[in-house]
Amino acid sequence: MPIQKSETLPLRSDQEVVLARQAVRRVAQECKFSLVDQTKIVTAASELARNTVIYGGGGEMVCEVVLEGPRTGLRLIFSDQGPGIPDLAQALTDGWTSGNGLGLGLSGAKRLVNDFDIVTAPGAGTRITIARWR
Amino acid sequence: MAEHIPILRMGDFLLVSIQVEMHDNLALALQDDLTRAIERTGARGVLIDITALDMVDSFIGRVIGDTSSMSRLLDAQTVLVGMRPAVAITLVELGMSMTGVRTALTVERGMQMLREGLSEARDDADTEI
Repeated sequence: MPIQKSETLPLRSDQEVVLARQAVRRVAQECKFSLVDQTKIVTAASELARNTVIYGGGGEMVCEVVLEGPRTGLRLIFSDQGPGIPDLAQALTDGWTSGNGLGLGLSGAKRLVNDFDIVTAPGAGTRITIARWR
Repeated sequence: MAEHIPILRMGDFLLVSIQVEMHDNLALALQDDLTRAIERTGARGVLIDITALDMVDSFIGRVIGDTSSMSRLLDAQTVLVGMRPAVAITLVELGMSMTGVRTALTVERGMQMLREGLSEARDDADTEI
């Protein structure tokens, strides 16, 4: 799948979460996503970026514009070297939280995008890839 | 100094218009500032305008919902106004229906809701006497 454009942003603080979602908004606008689709991917990015900072102990987001045949997609990869997620099925359940949130971060973000992939293991960090297609 | 969102007083009500990008600590500071302001002023209503917010995620949504519950415990009603349609669609899909938070489309209607709520509360108080 050809990558048309790629940028990497650090995720270490809640200010950087804001910068990450601003970058996603800008790229989604450049890709001419509808306003609702922009809002969905930006919101998903915000949830996952926060998880990277809070649970992953910081990491980064790669923001890519990908082309697949006639369609354009916005792909985001969140990665950290944190403790990983021991029970993935549980973490993807609505309402389950290991912190003090609502437990909607992962499951909610998944509902807001077209593709969702997660690679994690205890002690090996977490890498979440999401994409939304136009 | 930490950033704060200004809280304006208008008679019995407090007005908050969020015009900046909300980072998590700013949202928590607002919750703290608002509850203190209700206590200090004895305000009976709070209007939170989010017209300028192009995104509300589960954290910001939760802070708004919690702030509304806290205000109620402090005898002040909260009305959330100006949510953009794309934000409403996304919030519900995310799984946040914001039940318990009263909303109005515009600041004007929100103020009207607060005024009506206050006059009903006063009528009730009169009947009890």
